[in-house]
Amino acid sequence: MNRIRQIIEAKGKEILNVYFTAGYPTLDSIVPIIKSLEDSGADIIELGMPYSDPLADGVTIQQSSEQALANGLNLKNLFESIAEARKTCTIPIIMMGYFNQLLQYGIEDFLKLAHHNGVDGMIIPDLPMEIYKRDYQALFAQYNIGMSFLITPMTSDDRIHLADDLSDAFIYMVSQSSITGKKGDISNQQRKYFERINNMKLKSPILIGFGIHDNATYRTACNYSHGAIIGSAFIRALKDSKDVTSITKSFVSDIRG
Amino acid sequence: MNYKYHPTIDGFYGDFGGAYVPEMLHSNVAKLRDVYEQIMDEPEFKKEFDELLRDYVGRPSPLYLAKKLSASHGCNIYLKREDLNHTGAHKINNTIGQILLAKRLNKKRIIAETGAGQHGVATATVCALMGLECIVYMGAVDIKRQAPNVARMRMLGATVVPAESGSKTLKDATNEAIRDWINNAEDTHYIIGSAIGPHPYPDMVTKFQSVISEEIQSQLQEKTGKDHPDYVVACVGGGSNAAGAFYHFLHDDRVQLILAEAAGKGIDSGESAATSILGTKGIIHGCMTLLMQTDDGQIVEPYSLSAGLDYPGIGPMHAHLITSGRAKVHAATDDEAMNAVISLSKDEGIIPALETAHALAILERIDFNKNDNVVICLSGRGDKDLNTFIDYIGQN
Repeated sequence: MNRIRQIIEAKGKEILNVYFTAGYPTLDSIVPIIKSLEDSGADIIELGMPYSDPLADGVTIQQSSEQALANGLNLKNLFESIAEARKTCTIPIIMMGYFNQLLQYGIEDFLKLAHHNGVDGMIIPDLPMEIYKRDYQALFAQYNIGMSFLITPMTSDDRIHLADDLSDAFIYMVSQSSITGKKGDISNQQRKYFERINNMKLKSPILIGFGIHDNATYRTACNYSHGAIIGSAFIRALKDSKDVTSITKSFVSDIRG
Repeated sequence: MNYKYHPTIDGFYGDFGGAYVPEMLHSNVAKLRDVYEQIMDEPEFKKEFDELLRDYVGRPSPLYLAKKLSASHGCNIYLKREDLNHTGAHKINNTIGQILLAKRLNKKRIIAETGAGQHGVATATVCALMGLECIVYMGAVDIKRQAPNVARMRMLGATVVPAESGSKTLKDATNEAIRDWINNAEDTHYIIGSAIGPHPYPDMVTKFQSVISEEIQSQLQEKTGKDHPDYVVACVGGGSNAAGAFYHFLHDDRVQLILAEAAGKGIDSGESAATSILGTKGIIHGCMTLLMQTDDGQIVEPYSLSAGLDYPGIGPMHAHLITSGRAKVHAATDDEAMNAVISLSKDEGIIPALETAHALAILERIDFNKNDNVVICLSGRGDKDLNTFIDYIGQN
């Protein structure tokens, strides 16, 4: 079983998966942020590979990606940072990126390097499940990289079951039909959607993301799933920060409440 | 007959195409994929589409034998006058088709991306005609260099939203439109203006534009006694006018298909949009195609003086036509295109769009025979580029 799923199932609830864009706010902040997320008690780290054209992302992650690329982040120094962090950290690390980034590097070469440097999973929002299943599932399994597929309020039951079959880490339940970074409370309509998915009794654990930004939305997400994924809110907290370690600690502690 | 240049059921043209979209867009794209051919084949739909093209757009557009241009290249050059369509370019063929489709899908809100502004104007026009809300995303840089088209869109009742991300041009406007569609998937139809994007867009746009090659067939028959030309030449950014001008000749080996790309300041200058030469296989805006990118897969900002051609990708059908050898590509620089604008204006009394001028500029690279019939898709008129022309002539 994939290590991410093991950890989620062992704890069972209140999983906190924190996303940040690698290379933001500075190139050398990757390792200290990973370490302080682990020290603060986050359960999983989702490391964003900055991309020039992040279609599914709102303005916060877009701008952090532009900044990270301007800072000189590339796949080479990103993998070096992950390897450095892995010398002391054991927290599961997921890489999130767009399919073109893997395609250009070479899928197998990328997976080999990811595995070698201690990456546990991947999220690739624009890789269709059907193509993954046909062309790449065996390769991801060979390098023990766990996939997590997205479902949304508009995803059909058939596709939800497909996501359940193909996700060996967790199912990423997108809280609403939107790009990342929405603020505001969780609506009754969203709660009904969470309940509908819960009633499907899927075999994969579920984490809720998109729009989870504070203690209240995190709590609500945890009531309906194994936990939550927070990204844009953390990027906003990191903006202009000189001391990423203390910002990270206070952010995680505020979210956990 | 083996239609090897038409897409498979999954939208692949050889290695290119497909639908690489985030799950948030999957249901919209899949719904469109499942119904577009059926709707386009309905007699009622066809009737409405044909009537609007005739009575509102002004089709068929003329096929004009340009005598001086023919004499200077030593062959028979026919201009397919898409510049004479309502709104001044071929773009409206597609927006008429897609707005009728959107109405049948009960969509209330229309979004579009635009580079030169021609597609934005064509979309704003059909939205005004049908009484639908229209939001057009346009790069902040393009808003400046295509001010007349921005004014036209606003007069037509559209909201023009500047895309401030990335290079602030067509690529980024397309990103913003896709993000809008993710946020408003239920009530919104996205009218893509080029033969790009996830399946079924490249095929759908190509089919709506194929009225161009259909008319070329019958008009040439009438004028020359032959139903096919020896060459069809069209400029390519994303590729909608080329797709439409080529469509009925794709599987006719007697017809040579020629694409004109924007070399910008020169292919190797670092400021170019010559995608087929500088590009490699990758994914942009939901389809696998040729695109300009770094070794790390970051999409490169292209450059061309013409706002309609500075796109870092190319339609997946075009990528297939080029890599399979079916179509040939030549690249024209900004200067060559500007010279072609000036020549056609003086010699034929037609001021072409700067995009279109790239197709005229590459003619001298082709070795025509005396009796060759050559059709150039004169995709748009140059009024929108007046500011660019004035600046250029002032500086040179």
